[in-house]
Amino acid sequence: MSEIFGIPVPVLAGQLMLGLVNGSFYAMLSLGLAVIFGLLNVINFSHGTMYMMGAYAAWMLMNWLGVGYWWSLAIVPVVMALVGIAVERLFLRWIYHLDHLYGLLLTIGFAWVMEGVYRDQFGSGGQSYPAPDSLAGVTDLGFMILPDYRGWVVLASLGTCFATWYLIERTRLGAYLRAATENPRIVQAFGINVPLMLTLTYGFGIALAGLAGVLAAPVIQVTPLMGSNVIIVVFAVVVIGGLGSILGAIVSGIALGLLEGLTKVLYPEASSTVVFVVMALVLLFKPAGLFGKEE
Amino acid sequence: MRRQAVGYGLVLAGLLVAPFAGAYPIFLIKVLCFALFASAFNLLLGFAGLLSLGHAAFFGTAAYVAGYTLKNWGLTPELGILVAVAWAAFLGWVVGALAIRRKGIYFAMVTLALAQMLYFLCVQMKFTGAEDGMHGVPRGKLFGLLDLSGDLAMYYFVVVVCAAAFLLIHRAVHSPFGQVLKGIRENEARVRSLGYDVERFKLLAMVLSAALTGLAGATKAVALGFATLVDAHWHTSGEVVLMTLIGGLGTLVGPAIGAAIVVGLESTLSDKVGSWVTVIMGALFMACVLLFRRGLVGELAGLFRTRDLAQQGSVEEKP
Repeated sequence: MSEIFGIPVPVLAGQLMLGLVNGSFYAMLSLGLAVIFGLLNVINFSHGTMYMMGAYAAWMLMNWLGVGYWWSLAIVPVVMALVGIAVERLFLRWIYHLDHLYGLLLTIGFAWVMEGVYRDQFGSGGQSYPAPDSLAGVTDLGFMILPDYRGWVVLASLGTCFATWYLIERTRLGAYLRAATENPRIVQAFGINVPLMLTLTYGFGIALAGLAGVLAAPVIQVTPLMGSNVIIVVFAVVVIGGLGSILGAIVSGIALGLLEGLTKVLYPEASSTVVFVVMALVLLFKPAGLFGKEE
Repeated sequence: MRRQAVGYGLVLAGLLVAPFAGAYPIFLIKVLCFALFASAFNLLLGFAGLLSLGHAAFFGTAAYVAGYTLKNWGLTPELGILVAVAWAAFLGWVVGALAIRRKGIYFAMVTLALAQMLYFLCVQMKFTGAEDGMHGVPRGKLFGLLDLSGDLAMYYFVVVVCAAAFLLIHRAVHSPFGQVLKGIRENEARVRSLGYDVERFKLLAMVLSAALTGLAGATKAVALGFATLVDAHWHTSGEVVLMTLIGGLGTLVGPAIGAAIVVGLESTLSDKVGSWVTVIMGALFMACVLLFRRGLVGELAGLFRTRDLAQQGSVEEKP
């Protein structure tokens, strides 16, 4: 059996694949964070919670209503978008005029509320969610055995990320969004309903998080705390990549996921800390972040 | 100024007689440690305008350091606590040096991420006892002489530590150093243009705040006899923000009052409502941000100020 650095290739490839899967989630979540921060100036701490709620929504649809994975993939993002819209209308819009820090604190509070509710309902242990039958198999790639579902997750999230990038950078709607990010007052003066745009953008970002949750449900344990654990890593990703660029968020998310996978093979003890170490190094040598422009 | 001194004296007198009025010393110790924690945190957020979401790392790891030195090296409590404070100050310097390279919201994210890294290290290290926590920390004898094993003796030791730390914070806030910090909070560019080395002041504030946070964590570990992962978890960082907000951001006594409220609420609620404690704390957090950002002390001070103004007539009329 062939080896690289004394590690069997299938093991290395398997961990890299897992890293790629995690990286896809990081990318989708940091993308949502970046879009929301760009327009609303809110660092959405509850993004992780929304991701958790998305995963649980899929679980509830399956176990309580008998709705399968593919339908969940369509229904959950819509439901989560509505949740997001409600949160924006009820809470966030009251604090836009304040320091950015208040947005972060408000969303931490919201995250606690939701985590507590879900923990009361489901307990701290995890729920498992089966992959759909059509993707439950494996494919032999020659150098590794690829579980079909992992391949699908990577393709689906990359597709979503690309679609989002296209929507924002290449369409008229995206142009409004970018303009409103630069200068909301002027855009409003041109007759565009900026408050509505804020609401919809937040809803869209939350829908992305919900979608990531559904995609993640079959590959991870669904637990009430999965969201806040992942969001802190995503924060580090965002510090590394900078919030200014959509592409930067996607690239750094995937790259850090891969790096985590690689660390799991080479030095497993450091796999949970490696992203933070990279963040510290980036702060030392390129404080503005790899793709960022200083605010 | 005199009114303030009288107020502090009354609080101190209250703390000294509290155990005889039926309050549990252990509960009071917990409140005092968190009050010191929140006051140290407020030094950074309330006066320098820097939101750190990583203070649990200083609090939690200092608790481990104090526990370890007392248990394994057999240090006396005051030495163990000093070592822990030195450790927290060092950690504050490292985290601060990295975090002040970014501003505003990024500062918060960097501190949160670095603290999470330290949390993972605490989970992995052998000496912390990981999920089980570190237990059986001896209280020992203060200076090798005074036995602290009685709860009342321990309580008075904690009162002295917290009062001294609080005076230090009071002094720092009213010193030229504190004035520069407020200047940075209000207008960083302006302070820079006046020739102050803003980064140095921020770093110093961070080190001071981290050291005092470490003092709180270490004292708590010695008094309660254990240190656990909970103290290092980011939830604790969030809780200290909540305490500061409830009491009054940027006021001197607000955070301590907020700490008493939060610790009191948690200990009354925890055996009654289970995971709903988190829900209630979260809702309280949201309410603070949305409805009363000035906190209890801030709102009260606002009330008094309007009343005073009404009595004296408008200030603008004075020459």
